[in-house]
Amino acid sequence: MALLEFNDCGIYCQLADVYLDPWKPVKKALITHGHSDHARWGHEQYLCTVAASPVIRHRLQLTTKLQTVEFGEILTINGVQFSYHPAGHIPGSAQIKVEHKGEVWVFSGDYKVQPDNISEPFELQRCHTFITESTFGLPIYKWEPQQAVFQEINEWWRKNQGEGKVSVLAGYSLGKAQRILRNVDASIGKIFVHGAVETTTQILRAQKLTLPETIRVIPDMKKKDFEGALVVCPPSAVGSPWLRRFDPYSLGIASGWMNLRGARRRRGADRGFILSDHADWNELNQVIRGTGAEKVYVTHGYSEIFSQWLNENGIQSEIVKTQYEGELSEIVEGVDHESNVVGAMDSV
Amino acid sequence: MKHFTALFTELDQTTKTLNKIQALAGYFEIATDRDKLWAIAILSHRRPKRSVNATLLALWASELSDLPAWLFEESHHVVGDLAETITLVLPPPREVSSETLTFWIEFIRSLDPLTVDQNKEKILWAWDRLDAMERFVFNKLLTGGFRIGVSQQLMVKALAKHAQVKENVVAHRLMGNWSPDLSTFQELVLSEDSLDLSRPYPFYLAYALEAPVSDLGELTEWQAEWKWDGIRGQVIVRNRELFVWSRGEELVTDKYPEFAVFLDLLPDGTVIDGEILPFKNDMPLSFNKLQTRIGRKTLSAKQLKDVPVAFVTYDLLEWQGVDVRGWPLHERRKQLAELCNVGSSVLRLSPTVNVETWEQLGEERLRARTLFSEGIMLKRKDSIYRDGRRRGDWWKWKIDPFIIDAVMIYAMSGHGRRANLYTDYTFAVWKNDQLVPFAKAYSGLTDEEIRAVDRWVKQNTIEKFGPVRSVKPELVFEIAFEGIAKSTRHKSGIALRFPRINRWRKDKPIHEANTLEDLVKVLESNS
Repeated sequence: MALLEFNDCGIYCQLADVYLDPWKPVKKALITHGHSDHARWGHEQYLCTVAASPVIRHRLQLTTKLQTVEFGEILTINGVQFSYHPAGHIPGSAQIKVEHKGEVWVFSGDYKVQPDNISEPFELQRCHTFITESTFGLPIYKWEPQQAVFQEINEWWRKNQGEGKVSVLAGYSLGKAQRILRNVDASIGKIFVHGAVETTTQILRAQKLTLPETIRVIPDMKKKDFEGALVVCPPSAVGSPWLRRFDPYSLGIASGWMNLRGARRRRGADRGFILSDHADWNELNQVIRGTGAEKVYVTHGYSEIFSQWLNENGIQSEIVKTQYEGELSEIVEGVDHESNVVGAMDSV
Repeated sequence: MKHFTALFTELDQTTKTLNKIQALAGYFEIATDRDKLWAIAILSHRRPKRSVNATLLALWASELSDLPAWLFEESHHVVGDLAETITLVLPPPREVSSETLTFWIEFIRSLDPLTVDQNKEKILWAWDRLDAMERFVFNKLLTGGFRIGVSQQLMVKALAKHAQVKENVVAHRLMGNWSPDLSTFQELVLSEDSLDLSRPYPFYLAYALEAPVSDLGELTEWQAEWKWDGIRGQVIVRNRELFVWSRGEELVTDKYPEFAVFLDLLPDGTVIDGEILPFKNDMPLSFNKLQTRIGRKTLSAKQLKDVPVAFVTYDLLEWQGVDVRGWPLHERRKQLAELCNVGSSVLRLSPTVNVETWEQLGEERLRARTLFSEGIMLKRKDSIYRDGRRRGDWWKWKIDPFIIDAVMIYAMSGHGRRANLYTDYTFAVWKNDQLVPFAKAYSGLTDEEIRAVDRWVKQNTIEKFGPVRSVKPELVFEIAFEGIAKSTRHKSGIALRFPRINRWRKDKPIHEANTLEDLVKVLESNS
């Protein structure tokens, strides 16, 4: 029996009878982070890091069913040791390490290596078996350092200001939005946020994350209130009438998918900023080598291609079908991370 | 190259016409005359010939980036564009470039006669000194198919603004055979005399009529003609030479030897506008027949005999060496009719459709298919001949397309704006209990629908073959098309003209899709 196995409900540890980021309701769920494809409704018990818990508690309306652990703390369930380690994806996000009789597995959840100033920096874990995401598992995805991207964003904001335009920047309301708030040059002008962004931002502020002042956009506001401002909104607001109030505005989208010209152009965005919370090609390779893993399971993303690449490079690898949506949730633009994507499809 | 790359970046970052014109005008201010000419050439699709083949470029790029060929190919599928894929996988350059656009164009042209090894050395040298965006532009110039999102009309506007010359004058000067090698910016845009005998006039293009036809006012103010399903062309006779241009600004004189008689029929200084149509025994043939001639380098005697062509003309642009586009249509038409009154089977005047009321015209329109016509053209009798696509004076009033409900069975990712998104679909109809593919289509859905279908495709894939996925037969679409013909090249035995998606039939289960028999009935009743 393998320490972790993959079944219809998610990644399962039979010895401890717990699931990691399960997608169907289970008894006990160990959750890496609060994005909706990883933290789902309906489990009897949840376990996540202290830092990830406020958002998860709010989003899933949990009161008593949620337990927390500190990063690095070891929790023993039925003889199996579980510990959470920073994944650098969003604040509180973790990789989950599972150890039993000297055998170590690590489930990466979503991760990135480049520091973003808001997430606990990624900590590499040595292991025998590594379960990795592969959202950007192609050599065409190589990120610039974030300073360069924020310099572009600042320049764009200033230029828009000079032309009398509002700067509207779309990014996920959990993680990307706060990364923008934290790293953008807030001295340029006022910053407004969409309600969905404000809710998450307040929760993270309460956790002592220092973020510049934000003003929630409300219906009574007039055009002149937004003069020279930056507005941060979720991707689902792009193309919706909500944007009209900012006219004239320039629309920017912050996402790893903006690396492709086609993706930029079909969103009708004026600017695409290549800012991702997932590991790029080099980081994926660097981390996998660093873990020393003999076996790598590849989950959501360009899993087939990436897995073949690993096999050709002497790392035994297999694909695992999961319901994490790294690819879907970001590729299919206009759908926000927080909306239930599968449900949205059913209603089509 | 820096300036041109900056221009390209600016154009790529905006969808607004005004910003594009500004960006172009800004570029024309700072670029050298030589670079300007090349920029105009590139933007009007006059590019250096492709001198290195795509396979070699892909090979060199994957070698340089230490990637196996299959991984480069998979990346290419995702990106949907070779030039961009190369740009994204290459390691960063070690040098910087200060060379001009003209330098790089000359550089690309110098690749042509050399051997593969020398080409490789040169290309690697270039890649190592161009930054990401410059590389992309360079690769695009190298591989062709550079769509910049600037229409001819838009460039004309910017150039007119820059050179302080009227738009229609600029539009005309940019037509036809000119080459940045042989012209100077002075000659091309600023000089008064036209040196080029073959230079065509810009085509006047009509929009489709959307409002009810009676909104156009009095029928007596309008001239109605059949709208022909052929190749739009312009015939020029000047100085005892004949030039035939297609709408794509391609010189096609040699493809239609039948038109040689125009040298006898038309006096010097004559330019006429019309349609190249397959025509036999005084009747037009289906466009499909003409397609067997298009693209052939040499025409056999049999082809010339089986599918002879005629020029069905409907406008006169130049007469006795004078540009008469400013004459009202009825006067141009009168002169044209006189010119065509020579009893030639190759030079034909497009007949007008003469009726008393809009209702009668509507009835005539229903007859169009029997004449291999696509509907009715409406032209204001006092209109001048304008350039480009314009609203107001000319309208096309096409017949409704054929419609059929079909099941999607394959999806392929698109290119360019649609890269990495499943947008190109193959459709099937029933033959007994089998689904037989009969058409591909890739337009007609809204962006939102495309995203929904894309998501569905990713979740309902049966098998992947490179960029193509076979999908669960479940989605039904209404397919519209303009014509249908027998085909031995297609499994279904039929070929459609202009198939496109009319709408997504979410209400229809797959067993209610049409059958091959239904299509054959359409074929039989229309031939």
